[in-house]
Amino acid sequence: MTATTAIEITGLTKSYGDTEVLRGVDLTVPTGTVFALLGSNGAGKTTLVRILSTLLRADSGTASVDGHDVTGQPEDVRGSISLTGQFAAVDDILTGRENLELVARLRRLRDARGIATALLARFGLSDAGGRRAGTYSGGMRRRLDLAMSLAGDPPVLFLDEPTTGLDPQGRIEVWKSVRELADRGTTVLLTTQYLEEAEQLADRIAILHEGRVIASGTLAELRALFPPATVEYVERQPTLEAIFLAIVGDHDNHARHDDAVR
Amino acid sequence: MSGHLVHDTSVLLTRSLRHVLRSPDTIITTAVTPVAMLLLFVYVFGGAIHTGGGGKYVDYLLPGILLITVASGVSYTAYRLFTDVSGGIVERFQSMPIARSAVLWGHVLTSVLATLVSLALVVTVALVMGFRSGAGVLAWLAVVGLLVLFTLALTWLAVIPGLTATSVDGVSGFSYPLIFLPFISSAFVPTAGMPGPVRWFARHQPVTSVVDTIRDLYAQQHVGTEGRLAVAWSVGTLLVAYALAMRTYRRTIG
Repeated sequence: MTATTAIEITGLTKSYGDTEVLRGVDLTVPTGTVFALLGSNGAGKTTLVRILSTLLRADSGTASVDGHDVTGQPEDVRGSISLTGQFAAVDDILTGRENLELVARLRRLRDARGIATALLARFGLSDAGGRRAGTYSGGMRRRLDLAMSLAGDPPVLFLDEPTTGLDPQGRIEVWKSVRELADRGTTVLLTTQYLEEAEQLADRIAILHEGRVIASGTLAELRALFPPATVEYVERQPTLEAIFLAIVGDHDNHARHDDAVR
Repeated sequence: MSGHLVHDTSVLLTRSLRHVLRSPDTIITTAVTPVAMLLLFVYVFGGAIHTGGGGKYVDYLLPGILLITVASGVSYTAYRLFTDVSGGIVERFQSMPIARSAVLWGHVLTSVLATLVSLALVVTVALVMGFRSGAGVLAWLAVVGLLVLFTLALTWLAVIPGLTATSVDGVSGFSYPLIFLPFISSAFVPTAGMPGPVRWFARHQPVTSVVDTIRDLYAQQHVGTEGRLAVAWSVGTLLVAYALAMRTYRRTIG
């Protein structure tokens, strides 16, 4: 079961007082996929991620991650996951390298230095590694945050709104990192309120609305739920984002992004 | 599990000590208020205060000033913990396979070490101002031991606002009563001159027994019931504060 299913959720509920946040969530995330949980603010995305990462207890229902029950075996779940929360949880006073070494040591990995060096290089932070994280830009902080989550290569990664509050360049940087993760076979559950982000990154998408999953499947499957639109040929105008990136001269990212859009 | 706790605590202690070393001003500001009080009381009010012992006022005053140093030191612990909680890094640690209480122990031990450095600064200033004690090594060790115990107790108390506060002001507000408590004790003046109810309170609160014990140790006098009471107060506060802090931790962080 663990070989094919990374996350299995059945009938999960959670209320805060009279407010029902989750009203019976069922969800299956296959191993090695990038799974986007799409929903507006207050749909319950963060609550679900917090339950899956053992920070919060569900009222009823079951959830397992990498074959471990979140209520019964929270220690094992924590060993299998990494969480990147909504706000970059990095230590501003430590340098980028020290942040990575800290996480590697807490995970009891051998050669924390070597792991930090490799992650800094992988996330384009080698030059900034010796600087305090407090001096980083928003995009760099997010990348460091992601890099910290990857120390020890946990099989399952939760990304809670990974690009909220980032500028377009920062967002493209994060997207690029997530795609690389997917290529390495990590299961990624990401929450987002941006439709484009789900479309760009995810193999499968679930729509969470008012505490329930109301649709789930690949983009093609979701598209099939709706009648095809009438085909019309229109001149393709560049998006404002494409214009912005062209003007500020980030050609590399621009090309990559444009490629992905196509 | 206990092996985890020691390993994880030492990793987090290293991190937290780095914070202190990179803002050494926190150690100095911890010592500034007590040193200012030391100067004010010795050189301004001291001449009018009669302690009845016949010794120098700075000798009488130092133990109380040391406790004020502890109180101002632990307020930084509350602040550092609050910053960690509100910044989300505690949540990151909690989602990792580490001993649950290591996050708190890292901060608590940092508090003890940083406070000891501040205490050493204050004692140095007192020595310059003429404080003298004939206390031997054992008596000094007993003073340090009692101060460490007292710091541990107040630090666990400080963990609670550090976890629950919703603003920086709320965190720093908690230390005012702790700094004020020595004023209604034998720290500055003998309790004998206080009116009835105040005297009763002063004689039955922990600061007085801790201050009197340290004073006796410095004066090479026999430490009897007062010493046992000081240890009992400190250990009692420590246990209650620890239990409350851990309960708050489980509730607020999960």
